[in-house]
Amino acid sequence: MFTNVCFCLGLKMVQVAEGCPKHSVLICVLFISGKSKEAEIKRINKELANIRSKFKGDKALDGYSKKKYVCKLLFIFLLGHDIDFGHMEAVNLLSSNRYTEKQIGYLFISVLVNSNSELIRLINNAIKNDLASRNPTFMGLALHCIANVGSREMAEAFAGEIPKILVAGDTMDSVKQSAALCLLRLYRTSPDLVPMGDWTSRVVHLLNDQHLGVVTAATSLITTLAQKNPEEFKTSVSLAVSRLSRIVTSASTDLQDYTYYFVPAPWLSVKLLRLLQCYPPPEDPAVRGRLTECLETILNKAQEPPKSKKVQHSNAKNAVLFEAISLIIHHDSEPNLLVRACNQLGQFLQHRETNLRYLALESMCTLASSEFSHEAVKTHIETVINALKTERDVSVRQRAVDLLYAMCDRSNAQQIVAEMLNYLETADYSIREEIVLKVAILAEKYAVDYTWYVDTILNLIRIAGDYVSEEVWYRVIQIVINRDDVQGYAAKTVFEALQAPACHENLVKVGGYILGEFGNLIAGDPRSSPLIQFNLLHSKFHLCSVPTRALLLSTYIKFVNLFPEIKTTIQDVLRSDSQLKNADVELQQRAVEYLRLSTIASTDILATVLEEMPPFPERESSILAKLKKKKGPGTVTDLEEIKKERSSDMNGSAEPASVNASAVSTPSPSADLLGLGAAPVTNSAPPPSSSGSLLVDVFSDSASAVAPLAPGSDDNFASPDLASSEVVSEEPADTVHDADELFHKFVCKNNGVLFENQLLQIGLKSEFRQNLGRMFIFYGNKTSTQFLNFTPTVICSDDLQSSLNLQTKPVDPTVDGGAQVQQVVNIECVSDFMEAPILNIQFRYGGTFQNLSVKLPITLNKFFQPTEMSSQDFFQRWKQLSNPKQEVQNIFKAKHPMDAEITKAKIIGFGSALLEEVDPNPANFVGAGIIHTKTTQIGCLLRLEPNLQAQMYRLTLRTSKEAVSQRLCELLSEQF
Amino acid sequence: MRFMLLFSRQGKLRLQKWYLATADKDKKKMVRELMQVVLARKPKMCSFLEWRDLKVVYKRYASLYFCCAIEGQDNELITLELIHRYVELLDKYFGSVCELDIIFNFEKAYFILDEFVMGGEIQDTSKKSVLKAIEQADLLQEEDESPRSVLEEMGLA
Repeated sequence: MFTNVCFCLGLKMVQVAEGCPKHSVLICVLFISGKSKEAEIKRINKELANIRSKFKGDKALDGYSKKKYVCKLLFIFLLGHDIDFGHMEAVNLLSSNRYTEKQIGYLFISVLVNSNSELIRLINNAIKNDLASRNPTFMGLALHCIANVGSREMAEAFAGEIPKILVAGDTMDSVKQSAALCLLRLYRTSPDLVPMGDWTSRVVHLLNDQHLGVVTAATSLITTLAQKNPEEFKTSVSLAVSRLSRIVTSASTDLQDYTYYFVPAPWLSVKLLRLLQCYPPPEDPAVRGRLTECLETILNKAQEPPKSKKVQHSNAKNAVLFEAISLIIHHDSEPNLLVRACNQLGQFLQHRETNLRYLALESMCTLASSEFSHEAVKTHIETVINALKTERDVSVRQRAVDLLYAMCDRSNAQQIVAEMLNYLETADYSIREEIVLKVAILAEKYAVDYTWYVDTILNLIRIAGDYVSEEVWYRVIQIVINRDDVQGYAAKTVFEALQAPACHENLVKVGGYILGEFGNLIAGDPRSSPLIQFNLLHSKFHLCSVPTRALLLSTYIKFVNLFPEIKTTIQDVLRSDSQLKNADVELQQRAVEYLRLSTIASTDILATVLEEMPPFPERESSILAKLKKKKGPGTVTDLEEIKKERSSDMNGSAEPASVNASAVSTPSPSADLLGLGAAPVTNSAPPPSSSGSLLVDVFSDSASAVAPLAPGSDDNFASPDLASSEVVSEEPADTVHDADELFHKFVCKNNGVLFENQLLQIGLKSEFRQNLGRMFIFYGNKTSTQFLNFTPTVICSDDLQSSLNLQTKPVDPTVDGGAQVQQVVNIECVSDFMEAPILNIQFRYGGTFQNLSVKLPITLNKFFQPTEMSSQDFFQRWKQLSNPKQEVQNIFKAKHPMDAEITKAKIIGFGSALLEEVDPNPANFVGAGIIHTKTTQIGCLLRLEPNLQAQMYRLTLRTSKEAVSQRLCELLSEQF
Repeated sequence: MRFMLLFSRQGKLRLQKWYLATADKDKKKMVRELMQVVLARKPKMCSFLEWRDLKVVYKRYASLYFCCAIEGQDNELITLELIHRYVELLDKYFGSVCELDIIFNFEKAYFILDEFVMGGEIQDTSKKSVLKAIEQADLLQEEDESPRSVLEEMGLA
């Protein structure tokens, strides 16, 4: 039936007879006929103008019209258009006594209001009134609004009030449920504002509530709170176990409407099992026994025939099962249950439901890391390999790759690597790079025989050369250089591989490098004589990119040393116009310099300069670091990071392209990464980086690379005078002062001098509490002349802006001679961050314009709160964070004398608690703390193991978030 | 749960609910990106995928995709059934629900979702409780005024 001719948003409507028979719905022509986007925008703009004029008109609108227009705005917004007015009208609706008006007002605010401080105050007032109204419907609306907006301002206003509503005896069940989840939401955004107190024990007892809806909501709240305050909610464990036990043993009809497709209370079961995962296995044997019974019952039920053919039934049942398995894995203490879980997952691996196969693969990955079930997981290897070959969905195949990686050990590494290589030939482009990294890691980790390793990597390059990143081929070179038993084999193998008519450029790089170093080992064979080797490499030269050609030129000069008999051939090549007059400066320079070197240097000098590369210092595999990165959050930024790190974080300096401008201008090829720079000194590791170029970063371990802060490391803490002498910049520059040393100094302390030159001194004083901080910056005019137009600005990059909230007030633009002005920066840490903000200062001094920038030492560790814990707790948590993504490790040379007391002071200054008598080795240092950000709290554990003999440290960070582990590790590594 | 999206086969967003404060710019970008990913998937593929640092659980009902983003620790299957329960609720309320119901009674779709899920966690899993809450609200509305759907009100503009 159609009765009305409607105009919606001023558009003509037509009726759609079929498609929606039960409503006589008239639909905008626009939506159905697909009129142009422009027409839609035009109509909507017209309607917006109309509503705007109504709101601005002289006549006061009645509640009904106000509601109507606010509703229209919402509708337009939901169509995907921007709405920038009507907020005030919506707020007015909140105070209406009519339910529908209030409701639309709240909806508009929930959907459209961000924390706009002016409005929030008005909204909060209306909410306050509704919460006090004792009308459950109005209270519900108000609580929903708080939960929907969930801003800090709201938390400030209501975080104290809501727990009272939650535990009050006379609160209706539905309001209790809303209050519990509302509190949960506020706790997630602003945990510091939700005060713990008497109410917590009463909330725990909600687990016993008669109303299952209340229990469900309360369990969510308790789980969230217990993650951060396990002690406070410890009593919930036994209550949760008995509740769970009652559910799993109930008949499917017992729970009435809470039974979902014959599964009793699946949501509540899942939530209870989640809650139990916040704790270690219960200590009370009775509780523990009861829980084991529950878990067994759940596993048994999985074997029973289904009570319904509907997918909802099996999904709900399996949801509970998977959560139970997660708990079993989390406890990691009952070998029997672990093996049963593994068998159950094994069945799912061949299930016809894609979803189940996916989840089984995923869940087995974690099971593989338990010592009790690792062997059981391994028995499924054939099924998993089969999944890799036959699954039609790439996301499932991805899981299969992950599982193979997780179940790999020395016994099956050869098979798994071979299968992965096989799969790589046809793998989806989206996951090729990851597979390449995984193969490279496994091949290295489980290589008994390094010839196998070399073969595998060369195979990788052959099959998926484009996806072999620099890290992978740097690594193979590092390993070959460090292990002399494999060098001859490697030279022979690359020589053979290079015979192929078309080989990947990465192979040319590896081949060039290895032959340059070890070509002599195969030169005795007439089939690979020096000339043949040279001709083979040179036959690829013209097909390669500039960086590869640069590398090959270095190989040639190495050949001059290795094989004096082909020196003239090589000189001829270097002398040719295509080299000496190459348009590329880098190539031209290398040709000129190498030619000259080969002509004038005596054989002794040549032999010294072109000596074999010294072994690389052992560090964490860069490939592993890359894989960790790749799997981490925020892929876009990560890519950037990887790019950045390519130049700075390589363990090996095999990268030919990183010869930078300053190196090029040096008269000798001292910065050449083929090791020429390292040659003038003895053959021992680590190679010093004399050129002061990128190499400084590459070998940041080596003592000479980083200018030490001061001879005595305790100066590092207390002496502002020292700081002032560090950076003396005669001409204020417009680039960032790279006062990294000074910056690092502030990582472990809050006060001191940040910068000083002849004109200006900048001092800092700061304090931090949870995710908030305040920094006082003091600008001292050291001259007797006024500074004019003095404008300091704090600059955050786009990335940083979203995670760090900084507020500053402008300072007086005139600073008298000898005077000091002060500026306050209010700091809020929204989420974890990597970079530091930049402080830019501009002023006029005696007619010249001064412009300088320094990094402001606001670092992630400032938002640490120390946490004390027992040895047992520490290692329990340590174990929980065993996922490779969560751990970051760095091994580095001590830059300061290794004094235990100073180290302790630094760890405390860093912000974490220093845990005594936790590590079995008393020489080690262990710390724990929580990083507070507005959005989350991240628990962090750290362990520092000094090695006095080697004068090195190993630092390990484990946190729940990879980026945080990474950042903290970087920051702290600089301190010792 | 971090957020829930409903969008059509044609890539029109029908409902969005965010359980963690997110800037508008980011919201738009995420919605666009996620729609592209999900719409490109074939029917028999599994309902879960890794996306950014989240897990996405989605299911298609007729022309509409229901799509939830959850965190690493969260249970995928129960989220899938959460979607189903929400569809059941909509269905019960509207009487075999279709996309148009959600377009033109969007406020109801939001209210039902709010009654069902709050702050990203399920509030009540009982169909009866949720529908009772909505019906009570509707009764209040009738007391207020003779019932007029939003569409009719708009039609009278």
